[in-house]
Order: sequence, then structure tokens, then C-alpha cells
Amino acid sequence: MARFPGKGLAVLLGCLVLWEVLARQSGALALYFPPASQVLATLAAILGNGELLDHIAASLLRFAEGYALAAALAVSAGLCFGLWRPLYALFEPLIELLRPMPSPATIPIAILFLGIGDQMKVAVTVYACFWPILLNTIDGVRAIDPVLMNTAATFRLGPWERFRKVVLPAASPQIVTGLRVSLAIALILVTTSEMVVSNDGLGFYILDRQRSFQIPEMYAAIVALAMIGYGLNRLFLTLDGWAMAWHKGLTRKEEIL
Amino acid sequence: MSHLWGSRWSGFGFLLLLVLVWEAAGRYGWIHKLFFPPATKILASFFQIVASGEVLGHVGVSLWRAGLGYGLAALVAITLGVLMGYWRVAYESLEVVVELLRAVPPPAIIPVAIVFLGIGDQMKVFIILFSCAFPILVNTMDGVRSVDPVLVRTARTFGLRQGALLWKVVLPAASPFIMTGLRIALAIALILVVISEMVGATSGIGYFILDSQRSFRIPQMYAGMLVLALLGYTLNRGFLLVDARLMAWHKGLTARQR
Amino acid sequence: MLEVRELRKEFQPLSGQPVVALGSVSFRVESGQFVSIVGPSGCGKSTLLQCIAGLSRPSAGRVLLHGREVTGPPEGLILLFQEYNKSLMAWRSVLRNVRFGLENRAGMSRVEMDAEARRYIELVGLKGFEAHYPWELSGGMQQRVAIARALVRRPEVMLMDEPFGSLDALTRIELEDALLRLWESLRATILFVTHDIEEAVYLSDRAYVLSCRPAQVIEEIEVKLERPRNQLTTREDPRFIQARRHIFELISKEMAKG
Repeated sequence: MARFPGKGLAVLLGCLVLWEVLARQSGALALYFPPASQVLATLAAILGNGELLDHIAASLLRFAEGYALAAALAVSAGLCFGLWRPLYALFEPLIELLRPMPSPATIPIAILFLGIGDQMKVAVTVYACFWPILLNTIDGVRAIDPVLMNTAATFRLGPWERFRKVVLPAASPQIVTGLRVSLAIALILVTTSEMVVSNDGLGFYILDRQRSFQIPEMYAAIVALAMIGYGLNRLFLTLDGWAMAWHKGLTRKEEIL
Repeated sequence: MSHLWGSRWSGFGFLLLLVLVWEAAGRYGWIHKLFFPPATKILASFFQIVASGEVLGHVGVSLWRAGLGYGLAALVAITLGVLMGYWRVAYESLEVVVELLRAVPPPAIIPVAIVFLGIGDQMKVFIILFSCAFPILVNTMDGVRSVDPVLVRTARTFGLRQGALLWKVVLPAASPFIMTGLRIALAIALILVVISEMVGATSGIGYFILDSQRSFRIPQMYAGMLVLALLGYTLNRGFLLVDARLMAWHKGLTARQR
Repeated sequence: MLEVRELRKEFQPLSGQPVVALGSVSFRVESGQFVSIVGPSGCGKSTLLQCIAGLSRPSAGRVLLHGREVTGPPEGLILLFQEYNKSLMAWRSVLRNVRFGLENRAGMSRVEMDAEARRYIELVGLKGFEAHYPWELSGGMQQRVAIARALVRRPEVMLMDEPFGSLDALTRIELEDALLRLWESLRATILFVTHDIEEAVYLSDRAYVLSCRPAQVIEEIEVKLERPRNQLTTREDPRFIQARRHIFELISKEMAKG
């Protein structure tokens, strides 16, 4: 895990140098594809003068609200559906109908009901993140081995204890998988909704700079967004590594066997 | 009655009930008469846009873009994934670049694609290619890596050379993973075709829905969403059918292992 | 103290006739005894234990513990499964798995529970492994954890469903002796299900032989061998060989029938 990706960094550096050289060779290309050094300098400048920070903050706030709300709703709903089959049977056709619809299609409806402000963007993010978490939670609960549930019963655990000590931990690896998938989806939906209609946020900034032909700024913001995405994913993996250490060990062991 | 509770029919009954509540809510203006038209009005609009062929053109355009981007992504990503999974050097060289590119939320690439490719089909195909490639690539790589060394050694003792080994052993053994990647990518292709059509387009189902909202043809907007939901459902079903055909051996194996 | 009276269990498959797993099973287990149930595979031994443990309702007949009918999992009775890797909690260390056995007991502090858990971990010979996760241990050690988790509750009756069925022969011998030592020092009542005839004879005071499905007790066998038992001398004892031969003949006849 801790292996230093020397070759990988060398290739990355090579790509950057090639980009730099090519962009410097041709003025026409540089217009669309400014040299790497210029993009990085622009990034430093717009971060330094605070121009980008407000947009980053706006996007991150929407992301956090939407993601957290989706997680809370979807995990609760998923646990109920997973534990109680008749309830799932009741909602199954509805779920099957809504789930395959690409989530950005809800943006127009959200605009209709919630306007073009933060509420709309958060709502769209919640909707999109809801599904992977929901379906993974349901699967996770259903996949709990009957032997484990019988063990809980023979030890005379009450319903609440059974839920807290057996169902929740046993389903947690799948729940975490859903949360991880949704992390990327939340960023996609925040960015998209900001592109479709907004006056702040990274999505807005990137599209706006393209439209006003400030190409280095556009690239700089994309780099910033990529770094945020990478950072969030890393953060998630770190937290996951702590909380789910048992599961990592278990699966690694099973792979060896 | 009790045998209906928990059966499939309870779900359809519930769905019907929701539609009826929707109808009433729209008719009597419980929510917002304009924004929330009755279900019958939406259905009427649905049949109208389907019958007039108006929406079919948009669906066709969207399908063409999604299909092309998805197909190209599969081609590129499976090839690259096999290379990266099989040769350590390829993996070590490309991992950082892949990780960085993968971290970019795909919609952020749209403006870049507009700069280079304009707002036509090329841009959308590129966006779909870009965003579908990563799940396929990562899953293919994992699949190739998880091929049992015993299997590879067995094939070697039968005298298979590199090319045949990849084609006859590694690729089939990794195929369940590849299919997983392809399934995830299918959903992403649909999402991105809609997004890219919302951001810059004059055709396609994504454009149709957003345009209906902007020009305040609300029943038509809902009807467009219904079309999209049906499209997504059909594509997913189709994929599962193909998957069940191709991967019958794997389904049997995992069912057995349970 | 534990009495099974004319227990019958039927299952209704999705289509077709109901399957009768248990025909009419009756037997008694006295306090402090080690009793085995032997029968051909698939004869419904596990179903029988599930009914006794209150995890599954019999179709007819009764299970009485101290004269009271069992309707749900009763106090003072623990069922131990063959699948230790599934019944142990992968997210808990050995110590916390064993402590789980005490957690829903009123009036015990965390410190007391831990002390008690440690005592039983030592009893089953796992001192030093308290902080390990179950999956870091070998199969035999995992089953020891499951045994400690059951015994820490001081159950009057322990039901064991082929507990050593998936262990290798040497580990099995080791655990048989460990179980006998624990049983002798703790004086619990054990009802032990197995399809291994030698194991049943070696461990028990008494063995009940079950028929093929629908299961019935076809014979009750007293095992009059001295304790403590010894893997070499006990197994070479003519009475051991005679009992083994007798049960083997009974079961062979059964299997030829069904």
C-alpha cells in the first residue's frame, strides 16, 4: 500500500512536460490548451485572491448537505426495506421505475418546485445519492447469514439489540460501498446543477470561464475540482480503513485462501 | 386479502394508488396546479409526443450518442484494463494519471470538450467515452488481477502463448468483473448523455426535458421524464438479458457456492 | 429435564407435497448427561435442534425444558452451530465475541463481563488471543471461541449441531477431548448432533439413532465406558467397537432403505 508510485509520477511529469512543450510550440493550441505552468500559475492566483474559494465553499456546502441527507434517508429506508419484506414488496415497482431514470433528469422538476437556489441543488444531489445507498443497504441486510441471526436468537437478543449488535455491523460493509459510490455521484450532481443554472459554485465557475473564454481559469478550476474529488475520496478511504479494519482483514484473508 | 400483502401485486396496487393520489392532487390543485398536472394529462402528453414522433427523434439522437460513446469506452477501457492488469509495468506507469483523471467529476470535462469539439455530437460522445471508461477500466484491471495463478499456470503447461493465453484464459476468467464494469458504465452513459444535452445541445432527450421546463410545457416535461425512465429500464433489462446469456456459467457457479 | 415428545416438522415447498422432515421424535435428556444424536445425512438432525432451541416451531409435538414448553429461545439453552465462521461476529475481537454471550445479562458491569470472558477464553485454551479477530484464527480455534461464547453464559443445556464437522481429523480429536474436559468441569448438559458414529460413541453417555426422513428414533444406546475417556484406550475397548458396529449396522440398514 505504501509503495511509492515512482514510475507513475514520472509518467505524469512526462505528460505535463509534453503538454508544456506542445502548448509553447503553437500559439493556436495554447489558446485552447494553455501550458501546464500557466494553468498552475492561474490556479495559484485565483486561490490567492480568494476568487475561487467562495465558489469552492458554495459547492462543498451543497455537497455536504446533499450527501449527508441522502445517507441518513437512504440508510434508514434501506434497513427498513431489508428487514421487512412486505414493505419492500409494496415499494418494489416504484423503486424499479425510478431507479433506472438518469438522475440529472430531475433537475428541471427541482427547478420548478424549488427555484434555482441551493435547495434545488441539494434536492437533486439527495435524489441521485439516495439510490446506490438504498440498494446497497437492502442487499447488505438481506445477505446477513441466517446462522448469524439464529445465533443472535439463541442468545435471546431483543429486537433492538439484534438490530444494533448484529444487523447494523453485519450490513455495514455493503452500506459503506453504497456511500462510496454516492460520493462520486454527489460531486457530479452538484457540478451539473451548478452548470445548468447558478451564479456560484465550481460548476458554474468552470462553465462561465469557458463561455467568457478565460481558458486558463477554466483549467485551473477543473484541476481544483479534481483535487477536491481526489481528497474527498482519500478521506473516505481513510475513515473506511479505520472503521472497517475488520472487514478489510477478513476479505484479504479470504482472497489468500 | 392477507395473501396479497407482501406479494408482487401489493406493489402494483400501491403504484396505482400513488398515481390516483397524483391525479387528485393535480386535479384539485393540492400542490400546484401548473407545476403538478394530473397524471392523466401527463399520460395524454406522453402518448401525443410518442405518436407524433417528436420525442422519438430526440431519443434516437440520445441513443446514438450514448451508444457510440459507450462502445468506444468499452473498447479502449477493456484493452487498457487488460494491459494494466496483466503487466505490472503498465499499471505502475499509468496508475497516477488514471487516478487523477478519475477524480475529475465528468461534467467538469464538458467545458473542455466544448472548447475543443464544439457543442455538437463529438463533444457528447467524448464526454460519455471519458466518464464510462473509468469504471470499465478499473473493473477489468481487478478482474485480470484476480485470475487464479493456477489457471494461468495450467494454461502454460498446455503450451499456450501470450496472445492465446490472454484471449482464451485471462479474458474469459475476468469477464464477470468486466461485465460489472460495463453495467455500471451503462447507467453512467445515460446520466452523462442527459447532462451534456442539458448543458449544450439543441436535440436529445435531455435537451427535450429541460427545454420543456424552460418553455413551461410542464406535462410534456413529465412525459419526457417518463420516456427517459422507460428507456433506462429497457436498456438495463436488455443488459441483464445479455449478461444472463453470456455469463450463465458464472451465475451457476456463484449460486452453487452459496 | 429436557424432553422431546412426538415432535413432528413439515415444510411446505413452493410447489408440491409438504416434506416431512421429522416424523415423530421422542427422547429424554437427563441433567448433566452427554447425549448424542446420530443419523444419516439429511435426516433432519439440524431441524430437530432448531425446534429444541426454539428457533423453529414444530408442526406437532412438544419440547419441554424443566417441564415447561419451549415456544421461543429459552433461557439457559444455547445452540452452537457447525459454521463457526458465520456464527462468530467478524467485526468483534475474540474477547468481545465471548463477552457478547453476557451482554444482555442484567446486573453485570463491563469490567465483570470482561473478566468472566477472559476466564472462559483461558478455559478453552485461547489465552493470548483475546485481541485477535476470529478470522485471524484457524478453524479449530474459531470453534473454541464459539464454545467459550456459549459456555460463558453458563447454560444448563448446550445443543451442538455437528460442531466439529468441518474440521480436519487431528483438530477434531483435540476438540473432542477439550469439550469433554470442559463438560466434566462445568457439568452442563450437552445434546450433540453428529453423523460421525465414532465421535458419538466416544463422547456420549447415551446415543439416539435416527432413521432416514421422516426421522424417528430407532434405537437408544447406553454407552457404558469409563470416564475420563482416552483417544487410544477407549477406542480400542471392545465395548466401544461393539457399540460402533451396532450403530453402523443400524444406519447402513436405514440408508439402504431410503
